[in-house]
Amino acid sequence: MSELFEIDNLQIQARKEDGTPIPIVKGVSFKVKAGQVVALIGESGSGKSTISMATMAYCRPGLEFPGGEVRLHGKNILAMDPQDQRAIRGNNVAYLAQSAAATFNPAITIGEQVTEAAVLHGTLNQEDANKRAVALYHALELPDPERLGRRYPHQVSGGQLQRLMAAMALVSSPDLLVLDEPTTALDVTTQIEVLKAFKKVIREEGSAAIYVTHDLAVVAQVADHIVVLYSGEVQEQGPTEQIINNPKHPYTKRLMAAVKPTPIAGMSELVDDRFDRDKPNIEVRNMTAGYGGIVDGKPVITVLRDINVKIKNSHVVGVIGESGCGKSTLARVMAGLLPAAKGEIFLDGKELAPDLKDRSREELQKVQFVYQMADTALNPRQQIGDILGRPIEFYRGLKGKQRREEVAKLLQLVELPIEFETRYPSELSGGQKQRVNMARALAAEPEVMLCDEVTSALDSIVSSNVIKLLQKLRDKTGVSFVFISHDLSTVGSFADEIVVLYAGRVVEQGPVDQVLSPPYHPYTRLLISSVPELRVGWLEETMQKREMAVGIARGVEITDTGCPFYNRCPIAIEGTCNVETAPTQEPHPDHFISCHRTMEEITEAENIPQKVLHGFEKAAPEGDKAAAAAH
Amino acid sequence: MSDTTQSKDDDQDKTIYDELPDAPPKKKLKLTWTGKLGVVIVAFWVIMVVIGPWVAPFDEADIIADDSYMGVMSVTEGEGLHVFGTDYLERDILSRILWGARMTVGIAFLATLLAYAMGVTAGIAAAVKGGWIDMVLSRVNDAILSLPTIMLGLLIVVALGSSIPILIGTAAIIYASSVFRIARAYGQEIMVMDYVESAQARGETIWWIIFREVLPNAAMPLATDFGLRLVFVVLFISSLSFLGLGIQPPAADWGSMVRQNLEGMQYGSLAPVWPALAIASFTIAINLIVDDISAKSGGDLAKKMI
Repeated sequence: MSELFEIDNLQIQARKEDGTPIPIVKGVSFKVKAGQVVALIGESGSGKSTISMATMAYCRPGLEFPGGEVRLHGKNILAMDPQDQRAIRGNNVAYLAQSAAATFNPAITIGEQVTEAAVLHGTLNQEDANKRAVALYHALELPDPERLGRRYPHQVSGGQLQRLMAAMALVSSPDLLVLDEPTTALDVTTQIEVLKAFKKVIREEGSAAIYVTHDLAVVAQVADHIVVLYSGEVQEQGPTEQIINNPKHPYTKRLMAAVKPTPIAGMSELVDDRFDRDKPNIEVRNMTAGYGGIVDGKPVITVLRDINVKIKNSHVVGVIGESGCGKSTLARVMAGLLPAAKGEIFLDGKELAPDLKDRSREELQKVQFVYQMADTALNPRQQIGDILGRPIEFYRGLKGKQRREEVAKLLQLVELPIEFETRYPSELSGGQKQRVNMARALAAEPEVMLCDEVTSALDSIVSSNVIKLLQKLRDKTGVSFVFISHDLSTVGSFADEIVVLYAGRVVEQGPVDQVLSPPYHPYTRLLISSVPELRVGWLEETMQKREMAVGIARGVEITDTGCPFYNRCPIAIEGTCNVETAPTQEPHPDHFISCHRTMEEITEAENIPQKVLHGFEKAAPEGDKAAAAAH
Repeated sequence: MSDTTQSKDDDQDKTIYDELPDAPPKKKLKLTWTGKLGVVIVAFWVIMVVIGPWVAPFDEADIIADDSYMGVMSVTEGEGLHVFGTDYLERDILSRILWGARMTVGIAFLATLLAYAMGVTAGIAAAVKGGWIDMVLSRVNDAILSLPTIMLGLLIVVALGSSIPILIGTAAIIYASSVFRIARAYGQEIMVMDYVESAQARGETIWWIIFREVLPNAAMPLATDFGLRLVFVVLFISSLSFLGLGIQPPAADWGSMVRQNLEGMQYGSLAPVWPALAIASFTIAINLIVDDISAKSGGDLAKKMI
């Protein structure tokens, strides 16, 4: 009896210009049984995506298969002719790319795109395909399944789009589903909703799946079997329980160590007080900002409301929240890139003009902005030496030899060789570019650096190096950092203070240890409990918790009145929370929580399971189906 | 992509004053053989602009041959060899091409340069400044674009009289409008990049942003367009010449040489081919150089433009 799917001694290679082969995948073998989820895990460059594409007998241009077999139902698909291979793709083996946003065509309705492959392959006619799609929307717990197909991709959320991609892959009932990093780009709360839906639908459909990721904690939730890859070779493979609880290979152990810890109090290392850390550097008071013209004293699209944030000297302040909550807007307002509609910004006690055009050169120098994407933040036509040299010359008036010395110092500070000064950005790797990007901000000798998701586009090992660098920079230079991220564990590991934003409002802020320990704001609690833990069964346990049942499945609503978290909050008080703006309470000095509940009530509620949820009685945690029906 | 740079904590704090390496030499632009070929051809024509009349075997206006449309390497008794044959008026083609370089390369090149100076300045200014400046410039430009080029050219030349400065100015104004559109489009695309915003946030002046941030990134696509635009200007001038309002006979220019000798094709004469080859060699050579520079300076332009 042959296995459903089998990769046997697979080799993939590229060729140098002179024709010598460079092996990319060096003899990988593993099997996938029906109904089984196999995870391919490894860091970037380990060949996991290349292998996942080989499951459809496809490789990127320039690569070739010199040996090995990929067998589906015992037949080697690598040896088939192209027509037969094409019949298999999307039909027997379906592939889910990483970014749903890039996969969907914005001009065609969702239903049409989901059913396209099945109809094209002749597996189903349009009517049956539509029925099948609706059934899958139900199974994936998508809102309003009957009418969802008529909507356009921009009308659903990112997490929903990711699930729709699964529907697209599953419509023709493939034997094997290949998921390539399907949750990597998502917020933790969205990730958990997608994971849950994937797991359920894979179980219900009984199809086998290959799950490609670098995140062991995610793998522990969904996979039955784990294959650990490093530079195109299998290091270790075995059942999930065994790999997670008893890893044998040193590389697996290293991967385990790189898993982001659950954010808890006390994880961040505080530095000695070499710098005067009590002086406030930049302060935002009662600030409201948004986009579009200003009508009745507020912007047409209000993104931030009544924000009060204080950043002290030589502190790292983490700003955290889901995408769209206004994190980047906050940094842009501080930098003067987006003038606030209301409120004041103070720098060293002096009021700053809202628009950067009205700020003095010294004021501009003190507040530097570091962009998320180093690729677009560095001028491709300027050498690194000029990119770094310009702020030195511009703000500090250094020229010639002095300027070069400063550039060399900066390069050394961000741990890059001096030779880089004559290179162009395109000659650098992603991590190196991000270092240059930060060095440019440092070149101004600022007081505050606003870092907008600087690690989000980097892979986990490079990003942890960047974090280490940031910590070192703070200790060495005394610069304060505003570190914007959607990743609570990264922020929790090195921030001094945390600001939690939700739908444009600060719901909690304070020293890191207090934010990450009870009492939590209900939203902070949701965020913390959404960070996957490295153990089997975590997903199921978490989904049993009541804040998940309400919090996960609902979208963010930006409200004018009341508490914005109302519709996702397990302890919301109807008639109060949706009507009145939440008061700000101070359970510890400098620790603020905006909630109608008293701290006692919050603490108490964390320990008592609550059966009936406000306004959504059906959405009890017991039944997944009921939760879906509540939409 | 591994991040290979690891920390060397210990030696970080010590001064690096004396270990600073010498300033590296400016990177020299090395052309491939296609680029070099382009340089050679362009250099040849530029030299001909200067010395063409002296090296040409005959005068451009000499009607000396035995017959019109004589073949390649034919000989007129007592006068000499016609390497490329003769044209419809029994004139030596080689001589006319060498004389004509002055008109075509000189006038067309100057006109295109001028069109670029005007178009790029206005286009980038519109993109960088935006607002009402962009509005005014764009509407004026639309108005110019809406007029047929030949009609507009005729109007200007008829009103002001045909002279070489007028021809250059007319061609420049007409073609500046299409350059404006391209420059503005590229400018707008670059203006939204983070590195431009970063320069603005630094407090840089508008001039720095135009010349150091935007223009270097728009330069390559614009340079490619330059080669193309030059061909249009050559054709435009020859159209005017054909109507009797461009370069006045007997002065030779390549565009009108193609046109005037076109009927020779019926007799199997290569007379129109030689000036056409001259135009082609010059424009292709310019494009060879541009492509080579763009490939060398990082971005593969061809890929970007597709």
